[in-house]
Amino acid sequence: MTTAQPLIQARGLVKRFGDFTAVDGIDVEVRPGEAFGFLGPNGAGKSSTMRMVGCISPPSGGELRILGMDPVRDGPAIRARLGVCPQLDNLDPELTVRENLTTYARYFGIPRRVARERAAELLDFVQLTERADSKVEPLSGGMKRRLTIARALVNNPEIVLLDEPTTGLDPQARHLVWERLFRLKQQGVTLVLTTHYMDEAEQLCDRLVVMDGGRIVAEGSPRALIEQHSTREVVELRFAADSQEAFAGKLDGLGERVEVLPDRILLYVADGDAAVAEVTALGLVPASVLVRRSSLEDVFLHLTGRTLVD
Amino acid sequence: MVGLVLPRLVSFEGAPRRSASVAERNLAALKSAYWLVLISGFLEPVLYLFSIGIGVGALVGDLTLPGGRVVSYAGFVAPAMLASSAMTGALAETTFNFFGKMKYMKLYDGIIATPVQPFEIALGELGWAMIRGSLYSAAFLVVMVGMDLTSVGRAATAFPAAVLVGFAFGALGMAVATFMRSWQDFDLMGSAQFTLFLFSGTFVPAEAYPAVLRWVVELTPLYRSVHLIRGISVGATGWSWLLDVAYLLVLTGVGLLVASRRMGRLLYK
Amino acid sequence: MVDVSVAGRVRPALPRVPALAVLAHYLVGYRRTWRAGVFSSFLLPVLTVVGFGFGVGAYVDQGVGGLRYLDWLVPGLIASTAMQVAIGESTWPVLSNFRWIKTYFAQSAAPLRVGDILAGHLAFVLFRAFTSTAAFLLVTALFGAVRSPWAVAVLPVVLLLSLAVAAPTFAFSAWAPSDSYLALLFRFAVIPMTLFAGVFFPVESLPSGLRQLAYATPLWHGVDLCRAATLGVAPQWSVPGHLLYLAAWAIAGWLLARRAFRRELVV
Repeated sequence: MTTAQPLIQARGLVKRFGDFTAVDGIDVEVRPGEAFGFLGPNGAGKSSTMRMVGCISPPSGGELRILGMDPVRDGPAIRARLGVCPQLDNLDPELTVRENLTTYARYFGIPRRVARERAAELLDFVQLTERADSKVEPLSGGMKRRLTIARALVNNPEIVLLDEPTTGLDPQARHLVWERLFRLKQQGVTLVLTTHYMDEAEQLCDRLVVMDGGRIVAEGSPRALIEQHSTREVVELRFAADSQEAFAGKLDGLGERVEVLPDRILLYVADGDAAVAEVTALGLVPASVLVRRSSLEDVFLHLTGRTLVD
Repeated sequence: MVGLVLPRLVSFEGAPRRSASVAERNLAALKSAYWLVLISGFLEPVLYLFSIGIGVGALVGDLTLPGGRVVSYAGFVAPAMLASSAMTGALAETTFNFFGKMKYMKLYDGIIATPVQPFEIALGELGWAMIRGSLYSAAFLVVMVGMDLTSVGRAATAFPAAVLVGFAFGALGMAVATFMRSWQDFDLMGSAQFTLFLFSGTFVPAEAYPAVLRWVVELTPLYRSVHLIRGISVGATGWSWLLDVAYLLVLTGVGLLVASRRMGRLLYK
Repeated sequence: MVDVSVAGRVRPALPRVPALAVLAHYLVGYRRTWRAGVFSSFLLPVLTVVGFGFGVGAYVDQGVGGLRYLDWLVPGLIASTAMQVAIGESTWPVLSNFRWIKTYFAQSAAPLRVGDILAGHLAFVLFRAFTSTAAFLLVTALFGAVRSPWAVAVLPVVLLLSLAVAAPTFAFSAWAPSDSYLALLFRFAVIPMTLFAGVFFPVESLPSGLRQLAYATPLWHGVDLCRAATLGVAPQWSVPGHLLYLAAWAIAGWLLARRAFRRELVV
């Protein structure tokens, strides 16, 4: 698969809005059949990148090829082979669920009859068949999202772009969306998504980049990123309020890295239980102890910082 | 003012006010176009007066009223414009705006969590509508006096009458708003308003209508309002204005009563 | 199960006339909402004819230039109905497609160009204005207010007039920072045009400065053409002049609208 021609290829890609540089020279390659993720805090440049890939935002610099074509010159031809699920659902509230799919299919030159069949299949796929003739407005957030995803599939796209596909959904709805996206991937559809949910990235992405301030700060598979930027396990220690700093000094040298937060201390270590034993041996008695596997969230926070972005 | 512009477009009166919570902020900021919308609101009846009263008036000439009094067409139309703009302003404020705030902005759900009661919200809304409407009415009366369509004394008497008209339609609008199901219903209301505007003795004396239509027309609130204000501004004699005033007072009372009952039920659900 | 496998993929072609697919979208929605619009865009102009044409007309003893006031008024109302429907459909719906329901953004993710999105919506607006005025024309003909077979020429005229007012309104609505601006458009442009551009009384009775302003409005040119058509008389101004003037509004409006749409959609 690695030898296949990349579907999306960006070199030194830049997007500026006036003086503000949203995307600051990134290199990305998305290969056929993979699920590729853009991770990053708000304002990292993920959505700007997605809009450029969606051929609705001309790059300000660098090189971008999608399906081997130039997004500025061949926008419609590329978009004919893309499916886009935007961050906010922009369904037509005056149409029914089914009509939202059939009218959209017409934009791809799909004949009416085929569009009807296709809509029926897709409604089945996203489990909305029973609501086919309902209006959009009374649907739940999860249903609207599924309908938007179905709409993005109406043209049998080769690449599906998903901008924060599960933001704002309840756990059941999220899992259903993940499961459907996984099936698409199994069928060979290339997925490109942005998210700031680490569990989502770990669930769905074969490969991902972490963006911060318009740049790519890390790249790899979720597993590789964890190995590279974190330890195997993390120990979370809580001491009595306001005494973290005092204890932290005594923990120096334990594990690879010690991070002191207002409410707890994190030890990044290879073996959590061994580290807990060492802490106890030092005569320290934390109020609570949690040993867990290192997650993408640790990588993410380590790379992009803990400060609130907005 | 509904006017001869189709009522579907009436929504322009209420639409900006759908963002009324924002208007509060704008009051401080004073930079939004909303202010221009507010300030220019009085312009519409004046434009109608010039177009219909003077422009078409040049074709019509003078009118002889039933009492034998002869008035210019502008003098005949002006009080009707005042009454209908008081109606439109009050209805737009209390229906469109109220509906938007209740249904979409969920503004009131926030307010009823405080000790404020639904009825007090309604009165507050009505009060704001009335202040605005009264300023428009006063400005219009100044124009009428300036054009020599009425005297200063009569204008001063017509002012409270216009305020009463505003209250009656405001109360009616609040009651109506509690029955609105969707924005589509506003199309219907706009149509009803426009029909009233055309056939309430606004442009021709009701005496010109066929007898049956005339009786129906005389029962409508806008006809009573036009009759009241026109009587004052042309200086009609007699006591029929008492009937108009009583009618409008009863309408105000019934409107408020219905509105407060229904609002309680809609909000505390 | 959806077949999205690469082998089974039928590659969609681009739509032959993409703007038609966009128009189809609006027509599907309109199938459901047209009833609400019938009242405002058709019955109410008819009521205006009754209340104003017959009502006030009865008091206009001399007529206008020797014509019955009703006959003189009706073509003006036809033109102003077309204008109002065209502008009404080009204001809140356009703003909403950008800011509230974001239909344009959904469309721009499909293989449509900005021009297709704009042309499809404009075509729907023209459809609305055209059907409203055609029905209105028919009813007024039944009232006996149409006096010449030339009246059929009203139909292409209202199409051109609608385009001349809708295209620049699209540009305005795309640019408008808030819906207050749309209210201002009605207050300072649409309503004054309706009232002073020769619909209800002859423009000639306006004072000179205002008269020039009235001549500059697209509505007056539409009114004059419609009046000439339904009455079967020569217009006050040359027909090619009228048509060119309206076409200039349409073309300038289209260019402005396309620029405004591009500014919003391609960033």
